[in-house]
Amino acid sequence: MKLLRRIFPHPHLTFLLTLVWILLANKLSLNSLVFGLILGIIIPFITQPYWPDRPKLRNWPMIVEYMLVVLWDIVMANITVARIILFKRDADRQPNWVCIPLELRTPEAITVLAGTITMTPGTVSCDLSAQGHNLLVHCLDAPDPDAVRDEIKQRYERRLKEIFE
Amino acid sequence: MTSIFEFLIAFFLIVSGIFGFVGSFGMIKLKDPMSRLHAPTKATTLGVGGVLLASIFHSVMIEHHLSLHELLITLFLFLTAPITALFIAKWHIHRHELPSDLPDAGEDELWATHAIEQVEDVPDHSTN
Repeated sequence: MKLLRRIFPHPHLTFLLTLVWILLANKLSLNSLVFGLILGIIIPFITQPYWPDRPKLRNWPMIVEYMLVVLWDIVMANITVARIILFKRDADRQPNWVCIPLELRTPEAITVLAGTITMTPGTVSCDLSAQGHNLLVHCLDAPDPDAVRDEIKQRYERRLKEIFE
Repeated sequence: MTSIFEFLIAFFLIVSGIFGFVGSFGMIKLKDPMSRLHAPTKATTLGVGGVLLASIFHSVMIEHHLSLHELLITLFLFLTAPITALFIAKWHIHRHELPSDLPDAGEDELWATHAIEQVEDVPDHSTN
């Protein structure tokens, strides 16, 4: 078991790298599977010192739920933002900074949250506060900044907290 | 039967075309630099996503072989696009925003981009 740990220090990364290699080759053959596995063993082994205290991922159903929620939100937000760009006069738009107090402490979780906020059209995460306790988000059109903050905390941060912490 | 799939593929292509266009149009219409940053996020999500879905459907339904390496494009975009946006945003804050222009950073007092000027014990590497 201990030997297995040493060969596969990061089993998820091994799986992901193998999958990425097979997708790059774009066909499932023994050839690409073996080479993908070789990469999947060597890369986590070499990069191991760069992953101190990496968070344990638990709650896999929540990860799937989170991905579906984000995909759905991206589609919906795209339509909202398209409407703002096409039909709203630039003077009526209220761009706004929103400060989101973070309950997350794991750097990986904050990274995922910031990335999600940026990929959802209408909001871009711009900065962290000096000690990493707040996230600065710019909104394309937010008459009510508090509502944006509450929605992000409710929809994304709550789920990430269950995944990472 | 194929015509249904062709309609589906055409639908995804049109959707991605519309959102790609709206994204580019937003770059012209929006006036302040921070709002302009919002426009490309539309092009990278639904704009690219539509083309990729159409490509997957085309290879599965018309050419009858499974091709999924389009998913990798989505994966890499989702990894790189937020970082680019963050760099541009941080540059903008660094050059054009004062701490008083931004909302209160709570107990940390300053946002990280501004705080970097306040730190005094940064090791000096410029001499060696």
